[in-house]
Amino acid sequence: MKPPVFDYHDPATVEEALDLLAVHGDDGKVLAGGQSLVPLLNFRLAHPEHLIDVNNIGELSGIKRDGGRLRIGALTRQSMLERSALVADNWPLLTEALSFVAHAQIRNRGTVGGSVAHADPAAELPVAFLASDADFIVKSKRGERRISAVDFFVTHLTTTMEPDELMVAIDVPAPPEGAGYAFTEFARRHGDFALGGAAVLLAAEGRTCTSAAVGLLAAAPTPLRAAGAEEALVGSELSQDGAEAAAKRAVEQIDPTGDIHGSSEYRKGLIEVMVRRAIEKAAGRLDGDGLGFSRNGGGGR
Amino acid sequence: MSAPAASPPFIGRGLRRREDLRLLRGDGRFIDDLSRPRQLHAAFVRSPHAHAAVESVDGARAAARRGVVAVLTAEDIRGEIGPAPMIWNPIGTEVLVPDSRPLMGDRVACVGAPVAAVLAEDPYTAEDGADAVEVQYGPLPAVIDPLEAMDEGAPLVHPELGTNVCFQTSMGGGDLDDGFGRADVIVERTVTNHRVAGVPIEPRGVLAEPHGDRVALWTSTQTPHLVRTYAVRQLGWDEGMLRVIVPDVGGGFGVKGNLYGEETLLAWCAHRLRRPVKWIESRQENLISTNHGRAQTDVVKIGATQAGRLTALHVKVIADMGAYHLLFTPSIPVTTGVIASGCYAIPALRTDMVGVFTNTFSTDAIRGAGRPEGAHLIELMVDQVAAELGRDPIEIRRLNFIPKKDFPARLPHGPVYDSGDYEASLAKLLEHVDLAAFRREQATLREAGTNRGIGFATYMEACGLAPSKLSGPRSSGIEVSFWESAVVRVGPDGAVTLQTGACPAGQGHETAFAQLVADRVGTEPSRVKVVWGDTDATPNGMGTIGSRSITVGGEAAAVAADRVVAKARRIVAELLEASSEDIELREGRFSVRGSPDKSMTLTDVAHAAHVTDRLPEGFEPGLEASCFFDPPGFVHPFGAHAAIVDVDVDTGRIDIVRYLAIDDCGTVVNPTLVDGQVHGGIVHGIGQALFERVEFGPQGQPLTTSLLDYTLPTAAELPDLELDRTVTPSPHNSLGAKGAGESGTIAATPALTNAVIDALRPMGVDFINMPLSPEAVLTALRLASTGRSPRA
Amino acid sequence: MSTHTITLTVNGREHTEEVEARLTLADLLRERLDLTATHLGCEHGVCGACTVLLDGKPARSCLTLAVQAEGAKIRTLEGLADPEGELHPVQQGFWEKHGMQCGFCTPGIVMSVVELLERDPDPSDDEIAATLGGHLCRCTGYVKIREAVREAVRLRSGSHSPQEIRR
Repeated sequence: MKPPVFDYHDPATVEEALDLLAVHGDDGKVLAGGQSLVPLLNFRLAHPEHLIDVNNIGELSGIKRDGGRLRIGALTRQSMLERSALVADNWPLLTEALSFVAHAQIRNRGTVGGSVAHADPAAELPVAFLASDADFIVKSKRGERRISAVDFFVTHLTTTMEPDELMVAIDVPAPPEGAGYAFTEFARRHGDFALGGAAVLLAAEGRTCTSAAVGLLAAAPTPLRAAGAEEALVGSELSQDGAEAAAKRAVEQIDPTGDIHGSSEYRKGLIEVMVRRAIEKAAGRLDGDGLGFSRNGGGGR
Repeated sequence: MSAPAASPPFIGRGLRRREDLRLLRGDGRFIDDLSRPRQLHAAFVRSPHAHAAVESVDGARAAARRGVVAVLTAEDIRGEIGPAPMIWNPIGTEVLVPDSRPLMGDRVACVGAPVAAVLAEDPYTAEDGADAVEVQYGPLPAVIDPLEAMDEGAPLVHPELGTNVCFQTSMGGGDLDDGFGRADVIVERTVTNHRVAGVPIEPRGVLAEPHGDRVALWTSTQTPHLVRTYAVRQLGWDEGMLRVIVPDVGGGFGVKGNLYGEETLLAWCAHRLRRPVKWIESRQENLISTNHGRAQTDVVKIGATQAGRLTALHVKVIADMGAYHLLFTPSIPVTTGVIASGCYAIPALRTDMVGVFTNTFSTDAIRGAGRPEGAHLIELMVDQVAAELGRDPIEIRRLNFIPKKDFPARLPHGPVYDSGDYEASLAKLLEHVDLAAFRREQATLREAGTNRGIGFATYMEACGLAPSKLSGPRSSGIEVSFWESAVVRVGPDGAVTLQTGACPAGQGHETAFAQLVADRVGTEPSRVKVVWGDTDATPNGMGTIGSRSITVGGEAAAVAADRVVAKARRIVAELLEASSEDIELREGRFSVRGSPDKSMTLTDVAHAAHVTDRLPEGFEPGLEASCFFDPPGFVHPFGAHAAIVDVDVDTGRIDIVRYLAIDDCGTVVNPTLVDGQVHGGIVHGIGQALFERVEFGPQGQPLTTSLLDYTLPTAAELPDLELDRTVTPSPHNSLGAKGAGESGTIAATPALTNAVIDALRPMGVDFINMPLSPEAVLTALRLASTGRSPRA
Repeated sequence: MSTHTITLTVNGREHTEEVEARLTLADLLRERLDLTATHLGCEHGVCGACTVLLDGKPARSCLTLAVQAEGAKIRTLEGLADPEGELHPVQQGFWEKHGMQCGFCTPGIVMSVVELLERDPDPSDDEIAATLGGHLCRCTGYVKIREAVREAVRLRSGSHSPQEIRR
């Protein structure tokens, strides 16, 4: 289990990286945190001829508030995002999602942009961004593109990024005023890829839900928004029955990929439970009274 | 004459380990830490097919790569390396033995079977070379499920053998018909014990180096002498040609207690190429082509009277052998049969065992090796009987325990259990868990929506492999006799060296063996150096498998130490002008009985034994002795475990709330180390019950080839474990010791399974089989909700 | 395949090495610098035996290329205590509490715990479990590893060892 032969490039700026991608994009790979790519190399499941290491491009790293929005440099380590007070105070869904991502030893190297670009539907950050209506900023010699999360993911490990494009930042709008949030996930062991999970952002006036975002983890070949669940929630009274109904809607159309850890049917049921628990938890966290109908065991895991 | 700084006895004390200082400072030397000048690195090309004809192997492209020194195929070793040995043939049985070589030529019968080896200047290049070897396979029909493999018309794993049934044998005693005839209830279940992998965190590895006409073979093994004896047999060499040396071993768990083709092949390569050759197993290889274990389906029938007395037990063991044999493959299910009646006095029992070939990698010993399967099935069945009778499972156990007064206890099928007090261990468990209070708490929690359950396992096992009279070629079919050996030598300065045939893989032999030898010879453990793991430097031994190190190897060391003391007393008698019968050894001093002022320490005696002018003419110098200890019988540890679990009926998740274990391994040499063994064993069992399973696709493709798919439990999933012990010495060694390395694994799976059933019983779940995956739990609940049982 | 000249600091000592692009940091440490305490148990980032401190943070050296360690400061088990010197409190805690059996996974665990305690001298049980959750041990069942960590916390709070002050 040693990596195959490749050439290594170490650009110091985004411009240099884009020059390299313009030449080697088709037979090369961007190396960010390496926590997904290097295992693939060690298993010899990937054979890139060129690795373009972006770790020394300082401008790609950092977390800042830009107006009401959050801008996360693509190279920002997951552990840095996890420990950011700015994020925990204003975008707590992301912080909660990160608590499920692998282990500290992995998050210290793993990058936010790398996780997004890798596009594993069982990974937490892509779903959290999808539920947050985030945009992904990608660049190439041909220019810069802003791709909304809903348009970004094509299928398992595949995105709409072109081979010559580099992810440079993630841009996250502020959640609705007073929103409740929850990220729930179920995995066999802590830190494993999810068998199912949900990311929920809710806003309400009184008990009436005014906006809802429901992202599903490991429900499809891509991270998924559960439009049916969102429809069911918006305009309705937040309640336990409502949460159950919305969770049912969330899984109506899905056909998760089964594997040795859980069949498609099992995962479907599990995702329903995770959505219900996430809605309950998010509702309980709404500003004001919170709608404390969460029952015990409301946590995902 | 100086007195020892610390006083005996050292046995029974939780001394810190002397091994730890090198391990903690990074001075441990594991196989991959060793390198020799000019060494080559090997990488293997392995079959991706579960069953295929090997039509051609073309190594030309690989051989042409820079840094690749040789590409070897079956052709190169034809006539050079004989078939892999299998040495435990269940007695009275014909066992089919397929031909297996370190490189397979015509046909491969499982994924992972090696077809070529590439030797190169570094491991990266070796792997590049292996990728460049071109192999043409002609896929053949494969059979993966042992039950299907027994069907008429199933694809044959080895067409030349004409059947997939490797062997069939039976054991039993008492009148089975009468037993079932007297039963008021008969409970039948199919108990599955799924296939698992051993997964030491250090994979296997080998380094072979030519030394003149000999070869030195460093290998990460539990059994150096077996590797030596059987590798040379395969090679057609004299035993003296191969020296096997064991570095620090990063865990064994049974899967390193064997001989693998890589060991034999690398010895041959080093000899042939006159260069050192190293191979380090990748984790992927470790999961695919290091032996698997368990892989049993046990069809069980048990009878009981209305009063709760067990009357008869019939078990049909269907054991998956995999495609090829390793040293002990067919023997594993036989040990299941030996202990299938557990702690219980069942007047009639019969076990029918059938070994079945499948197109999968070999099964063999993994921590427990046949005994976890036996304990699992009987402990589940006792709970099932209790449920059938509407009785407390604790009560059924107590009613049927072999009573203390009956030990040594002869069972109807022949085995004699050395000592036991099953009631005491269960009683002690119940001191730690108040069952009545638990039942009240359980009811309250249920009201609040939490499904909590408790499960018990009162297990016994047979270990201390092995008395030659009970396990040799004429009794249970092992080709070798499993005595153990020791040499104790006291140097001129009083420093003691113990050479042992036992071979640690992390258990702490250097500490524990030093404790027991120090006590026997009257010195401090720090003055006892333990030498192990080198066939040139230790007497013949059988290694560390089957929880035998202290009970067999430790006893050999103790007896050798006693023999040293006997000679020391003769020396002291000469020097102090007394009779040797009057010399006593107390707290590190040899003195004349009645004259405590006349005394010598071991150091004084050792000096006199080597600077011999004070000894009479003809007195043999030196102070050393050896012992080959062949135990009179197996030893039988036992205990009582309880698991308390919460089951999330929405997701199927199982959380272990408490885990309690009372174990009795007789006299304890070092309680800290024994606790560590029990902890590790329990978590190994928890791993099997909840997390681990080797899986194959329908065509025999291994699906668990990474540690993301073969999931070991982590600290984040586990509670602290609550341990206590009882001490019932074994009469079979002077220490009174029994084994401790496997007991936790043996007890944990039934305790957890019974706990999950207890938690889910109100929802109609009356039985469930491992692995207790979240999906399996929900499937059981779904079946129960439609009035069906997952009993199978 | 490209080769590169890198300079990195390992346990306070600077090394300059010419490396093939694909050489992993683990193999650099083990094969070139003879620092064999860092073990390889899976080479896909799961077992944690290869964990070292990379610029102060625990990271898998099997998933880091040596060439990426240009300019980095690496700490491995060998750097915790002088060969004959006093043990680091975490090493001492593992010795006192039998926090290892075969010792193969131990170096990685010790390095993760060293960083945890430097960041939080009195971590909660959950934090300890989360840190240990990134490592696999097959021998101990983790019980005595947890005890060892608690012992290390106690030893550190008692008095700081010379090693730590020097760092």
